[in-house]
Amino acid sequence: MGSTSTIRRHARSIARFWSSSLAAEMEYQLNLLIEVAATLITLTGSLFTLSLFFGRGQQLGGWSWNAALVVLGIYTLLNGFSSTLLRPNLGNLVKQVQSGGLDFVLLKPMDSQIWLSLRTLSPWGLPEMVLGLALVVVGTIRSGAKPHTTALLTGGLMVLAGITILYSLWFVLAATSIWFVKIWNATEVLRSLLAAGQFPVSAYPPALRVVFSTILPVAFLTTVPAEAILGLASGGSLLAGLVLAGLSVVGSRALWRLALRHYTSASS
Amino acid sequence: MAIVHVQGLCRSFRVSEKDPGLAGTLRHFLRRRVRTVEAVRDLHFTIEPGEMVGFLGPNGAGKTTTLKMLSGLLHPSGGRLEVAGHVPARREAEFLRRITLVMGQKQQLIWDLPPLDSLRVNAAVYGLDDREAARRISELAEMLELGEELHRPVRKLSLGQRMKAELMAALLHRPEVFFLDEPTLGLDVNAQAAMRRFLADYNRRHGATVLLTSHYMTDITALCPRVLLIHAGSLFHDGSLEQLTQRLAPRREVRLELADTLPDSAFSGYGEIESCSGRDVRLLVDRDRLTTVVGRLLADLPVLDLEVRDPPIEDIIGRLFRQGSIEQP
Repeated sequence: MGSTSTIRRHARSIARFWSSSLAAEMEYQLNLLIEVAATLITLTGSLFTLSLFFGRGQQLGGWSWNAALVVLGIYTLLNGFSSTLLRPNLGNLVKQVQSGGLDFVLLKPMDSQIWLSLRTLSPWGLPEMVLGLALVVVGTIRSGAKPHTTALLTGGLMVLAGITILYSLWFVLAATSIWFVKIWNATEVLRSLLAAGQFPVSAYPPALRVVFSTILPVAFLTTVPAEAILGLASGGSLLAGLVLAGLSVVGSRALWRLALRHYTSASS
Repeated sequence: MAIVHVQGLCRSFRVSEKDPGLAGTLRHFLRRRVRTVEAVRDLHFTIEPGEMVGFLGPNGAGKTTTLKMLSGLLHPSGGRLEVAGHVPARREAEFLRRITLVMGQKQQLIWDLPPLDSLRVNAAVYGLDDREAARRISELAEMLELGEELHRPVRKLSLGQRMKAELMAALLHRPEVFFLDEPTLGLDVNAQAAMRRFLADYNRRHGATVLLTSHYMTDITALCPRVLLIHAGSLFHDGSLEQLTQRLAPRREVRLELADTLPDSAFSGYGEIESCSGRDVRLLVDRDRLTTVVGRLLADLPVLDLEVRDPPIEDIIGRLFRQGSIEQP
């Protein structure tokens, strides 16, 4: 089967995955209403926090409040993305290893990593993603930056790189459940890491700044993409972000292949 | 040419062991005691296309482990394995399209949605267009006697209906080789019979090869002219169920209805007393002495009725499983 038809088949499968997850969400009407209410409350909370920031005219680690808003916007976007795809799918991966449900995934003629990463779509992170995008636009305009097409494209690319890095780290942690079966809630580790990306890396003390730019890739999740959008990013950090994103995907795939060799499948 | 080829297959697992109680828990936490368990060792067999083969063995004999290796879920620790011309552990898409594994204790259907939604997902995954998928769904639904149940959320279906819908999801891509692990587990007698009819019908229509494990011997006797019996990870028998019976039960059961009650000692010269309650007596008699013993019984005792039969296969295999060991004849 050609690669085009494989891609088409994967795309059609993902469309059905998502339509079935939305249908499953809508099966419980009361739960749906509660989720809508919870999403609205979370968004109101985020906007209130932001309004506190707007009241001040300080600098944050050399960033104007408006420029820092772009960082916060990208953080909000990534947080929404993790609620939409990462948390439901990769949290489920751990459960599937425990219950043996992973067997059914491995029996399908589809890339198991793609299946496990995209099987469920939770719509509740989508409003947060929209809010994140809005913050990026507002912050960019109010900071006085006049981004040209190249900066916007580079910024978009770096946001994608940030998403890729976050996804790969999350997937790697979830995949280790093949060996350890029960691992400490990976979701919380990654959420804390992501939370550190709410503010520009330069706002942190020097020691943490080094950690966030080298050992933990916090800088590449939000700060570097924001710099790219504002036209402030250095060529070196852009390249480093892209290389890191590429390496993290390759690494996550390699680890998954290795994990499957050690999969023992939950007993019948 | 064989469609399933198993040669010297082995699989071992490392399992940790723990003593009960707090002290045991602490010891287990600080220093794990790990043991290697050989779930499957040096297994050899082949299956021809279209065969229906029963796969028997006590719990823990290695049946499920073997099925999981055959379907590519587990990597063997040793030996060679080929199914439909593929090495299963590579899990190539072409291989996965040609096989299916049905696990009676696990389900792939989406719990909150009707089975049709899960079938739509599977159709896309296997690259079936909508028209072809609809055709296959209606064929399977007719064979399995499912109708409006396909529109009801899975959580609202009975166990039997759910298992039928699971089979539909597992067979939508029309695989050539089925691995069925306890497909009738927990089903009532009617649902079991319906499942058996379906499997026999499907095998006739599509010539599928079936390897089936079941604890219900009726499934095996109704469907499988050939059985593989494994014990402690190794193959003990490969042949018909009759051959297995003869091998495991070299004695036949003689049931007597007597005119009077007699003491146990009255039967000592004829065979082993299986049961003796009032005027009904059951004896186990060696096959080669059967005609002589029956003649003597009729001549010596006040027999009203006499029946000779093989002990039920469940009893034979059950006894074997309980003993936990097999004496090679």
